[in-house]
Amino acid sequence: MTQLARELLFPLIAVIAAFIVGGILILIVGDNPFDTYRLLLGAALSWPDGIGYTLFQATPLIFTGLAVLVGFRCGLFNIGAEGQLYIAAFATAWVGITLAGWSSWLLIPLCFAAAILSGAFWAAIPGVLKARFGSHEVINTIMLNFIAVALVSYFTQYHYKAPGDPIMETVPIGAGAHIPRFGKFIHGFPERIPLNVAFLLALLCCLLVYLFLWRTKWGYEIRATGSNPSAAEYGGISIRKQIVVAMAVSGGLAGMVAINEVLGYRYRYYDGFSDNYGFTGIAVALLGRNHPVGVIFAALLFAMLQHGGIYVDGFSEHVTKDIVQVLQGIIILFVAAESFFKWLAIRIRPLRRVSATK
Amino acid sequence: MRDIFTLSLIASTIRLATPLVLAALGGLFSERSGVINIALEGKMLAGAFTAAAVTYAADQKLHLGNASPWVGLLGGLLAGLFIAVIYAVSCIKFKADQVVSGAAINILMLGIPGFLSGALFLSSGSTPQLPKDHLLPQSPAIIAITVLALVALTWYVLYKTPFGLRLRAVGEKPEAADAAGVSVARMRYSGVLIAGILAGLGGAYLSIGQSSLFTRNMTAGRGFIALAALIFGKWRPVQTLLACLLFGFTEAVSIQMQGAVKLPSGEDIPVQFIQMVPYVLTIVVLAGFIGSSRPPRALGVPYQKEN
Repeated sequence: MTQLARELLFPLIAVIAAFIVGGILILIVGDNPFDTYRLLLGAALSWPDGIGYTLFQATPLIFTGLAVLVGFRCGLFNIGAEGQLYIAAFATAWVGITLAGWSSWLLIPLCFAAAILSGAFWAAIPGVLKARFGSHEVINTIMLNFIAVALVSYFTQYHYKAPGDPIMETVPIGAGAHIPRFGKFIHGFPERIPLNVAFLLALLCCLLVYLFLWRTKWGYEIRATGSNPSAAEYGGISIRKQIVVAMAVSGGLAGMVAINEVLGYRYRYYDGFSDNYGFTGIAVALLGRNHPVGVIFAALLFAMLQHGGIYVDGFSEHVTKDIVQVLQGIIILFVAAESFFKWLAIRIRPLRRVSATK
Repeated sequence: MRDIFTLSLIASTIRLATPLVLAALGGLFSERSGVINIALEGKMLAGAFTAAAVTYAADQKLHLGNASPWVGLLGGLLAGLFIAVIYAVSCIKFKADQVVSGAAINILMLGIPGFLSGALFLSSGSTPQLPKDHLLPQSPAIIAITVLALVALTWYVLYKTPFGLRLRAVGEKPEAADAAGVSVARMRYSGVLIAGILAGLGGAYLSIGQSSLFTRNMTAGRGFIALAALIFGKWRPVQTLLACLLFGFTEAVSIQMQGAVKLPSGEDIPVQFIQMVPYVLTIVVLAGFIGSSRPPRALGVPYQKEN
């Protein structure tokens, strides 16, 4: 089996296996799995809404998938993308609100910088804690997620909410900070669909992450640290530095979710906006085999499911959109326990030989 | 500030700490055997949902009356155990990354309760309301005694029995334990399954003790607070209990405060800052600023038997 085929095979098996298990669950609750899956996946294919919303929802998942990927490549598990993107979204909105009168030429780059740097900063905290004190980044990123959510909710509630607004959201950002939606360029593509240039930025980031990890010295050192830390250290690479750098890059990528959310979609910080983007990013990176190209496809799959979930809620009798999260969980479980399929294959093969001889 | 420290606050601290203690003690068994348990959250959700659904069925369909919450509690226990079996098999038998499988379980359990309640109760993620007299006992005295007994039992099992010795050995030096004839896999299965049972019970107490129904994502991060308490308590039973009480207290304060409590200077203490306390403390203690909190040496490392 060639390398590429192997890389494609396991994710594919994991997805199919998850759909089978999900199908059994759907049968148990009394619906037809084929109908449910048709709703779930078919919704994404309509033009312009299905495709527009799917690409829109894939955007944050590409960013968080890349974020988790960079961590993984350095041997780190960034479960903190969720917290990083909340901090970044608030920071981005803060810049957009504070400098509301500025022209786009200055304001948009400043907002981009706010998104990337604040996400990088929040992720660098567990990086430094690991490098300096050896404390586990998984625990610290989980804790920082909760701290981030509480912190931005405090700032929103006490300092940046419009007086009398019952919704937990900030005042709007300046019009100069808005980035264009696709409707501006594509004829017949309505502007109400929030797909915006952040999607193109996400694709660009896939290329940049690839170049960074596989074509630069820093990227090489990060990967060396991830694949064999003691050998890397023996080879003169400072592991501590790589940990902090990788976490910061990871957090910066997670922070770019803010560009899509704040500058391209809601034009303000909206509390609790993230539909588990940070955690879905883990699924995206794993299913994408920790490769930027894989991340794009995995993000598209999960975005399709998320968009289709709304239709499942509306049109099926028993199944709710929760099936999306169920499928996601099962997919990660299967991807994680890859050796399960090897184990299964070894047990199936002798049976097949027996049946072939008959 | 003085009026915060009332008897009702102490009672509510005990009530709120109870699910944390149960889940954290569960995490203790799992992590001392060398298996990370970030899936406590998912196991609690499984326990909470199943307990509420089973209690409802026992009450409405089987007319078990006062016995129904106890049947529900058993249901919660079994649900936690069931999830733990999946987790254990993937981590121990198939040597999956423990953090990844844990994250998968958590995501899965965000979906499953909603999925099932949509089908069973035609609701969007919650179970029907249970009658108030068909819930688990809520008297702080009874709960406190039960919890203390459980902590004492955990301490005894962990430090005074051969089982506890083997469990700890497997979490610290699996090779040595293996060489001494201890089955690493069996001890880790035990640790993870006990964790599932206790976290399931903790979740059950949330839905049929503190509350009278299951609501969508009702654990709201309590599994992670339990994990934090375990780390803050340095993976030891009594310290973990104290950490849970502290975190239960911060939750009780933040519930009582809801905008009402003011500092003597007349300023509000934003509730968000109270909510942050457990997480900040955990980071601080894990970094070694307040004494050192050292995880079991083999935590998170799948054990590969040498041939």
